[in-house]
Amino acid sequence: MGLISNGTTIFDAGAMAGGFGGSMVFIKKLTASNASTLTFHNGSSGVVLDNTYKEYIFTFNNIHTANDSGKFQFQGNAAGGADFNETMISTYFHAQHNHAGTFTRLGYRTAHDNAATGFTMFTEGGTAENERSVSGYLHLFNPSSTTFVKHFTAVTNNAQSDDYCTTVHISGYFNTTSAIDEIRFQESAGNFDGDICLYGIA
Amino acid sequence: MGVISNGTTLLDAGALDSGIATGAMTLIKTITASSSANVTFAHGASSVVLNNTYASYLIKYINVHPSENGEQLKINFRDGSTAYDATKTTTFFRAIHNEADNDTELAYRTAQDLQNGTGTAHLTQGLGTDGDQSASGELMLFAPSSTTFVKHFIATTNTYSDDDYNYTTFVSGYCNVTAAIDGVQFTMSSGNIDSGTFKLYGIK
Repeated sequence: MGLISNGTTIFDAGAMAGGFGGSMVFIKKLTASNASTLTFHNGSSGVVLDNTYKEYIFTFNNIHTANDSGKFQFQGNAAGGADFNETMISTYFHAQHNHAGTFTRLGYRTAHDNAATGFTMFTEGGTAENERSVSGYLHLFNPSSTTFVKHFTAVTNNAQSDDYCTTVHISGYFNTTSAIDEIRFQESAGNFDGDICLYGIA
Repeated sequence: MGVISNGTTLLDAGALDSGIATGAMTLIKTITASSSANVTFAHGASSVVLNNTYASYLIKYINVHPSENGEQLKINFRDGSTAYDATKTTTFFRAIHNEADNDTELAYRTAQDLQNGTGTAHLTQGLGTDGDQSASGELMLFAPSSTTFVKHFIATTNTYSDDDYNYTTFVSGYCNVTAAIDGVQFTMSSGNIDSGTFKLYGIK
């Protein structure tokens, strides 16, 4: 049975009709607990990462590395791929400020950008201290396109080792016209804790 | 009476069933400033929710107009008392371009950042009081209720300044406390917030 009000279908077939739930739709939350990777794969465990939405947003809440040298990073797979080795072209710049107020920096970091098939870094380097973490967000645009490359933008803030606050801005694209249907997050070294949520933007 | 469609409960006991997909971004509260000394979102006051109900919170500030020329929009956080004085470390950098088209810059600004300070954090540089001048932007606050981690925030603001510049300011940082953050307060560096719309959203 559906629910129709004044000629408008509100509910039908066990779901709310389009247009009633807002434009930002929560899709999936994955929680890392000493995990080596977290992976969002279209069609797996309720994940939607296809042409349903033109834009997807991942939010990271308190990503905490188990290894002081770990850098939070991500890669994708073209549909049917399994190796997380797409070519990624990205820019990376950051602003830094320490607790002591003795150091600030705004600069491009060639060591952290990407023009290859490795993972793209979100952070400078973590710290395993209990209260330290990384939070931020990643926008992925039109990943199902088979015409264009797949653009992304991200901003993270990092409570880093040695009492540094580091803000990172990253933008780039997967240099492929194949659809991207899988995104993986990991540390460059060691495991991690934290929550990552995936949203679709209608 | 409930509503069951195709075997799925949609409505029951006056509420949507938790299994129904709804929007992930929920408007919690809108505050309209009018010659206001501050704009404050405090959990539990005036229907404000700022606790572990949502994973993160987004605050949009739209057309913030100062009462005094050249003053900056600032922010502070409450971490357990009634005072807005949480310890913060921030970064602040900006891109600028003037209307005369003869000055641009991308630079870090040490005068506007904070190093483990309890004072207000700059979100902008000087706003103008001309009728068409204001600042707009947004700030995302991550997991404010955590009692394990520091509390990260990221803000981007665009300002039409008192000296006819476009300032884009990028401010990020963290409240360097493990106590929960349950209040956020906006002020001007001097004078009042003459007008402006502030919207608090929860992101589930």
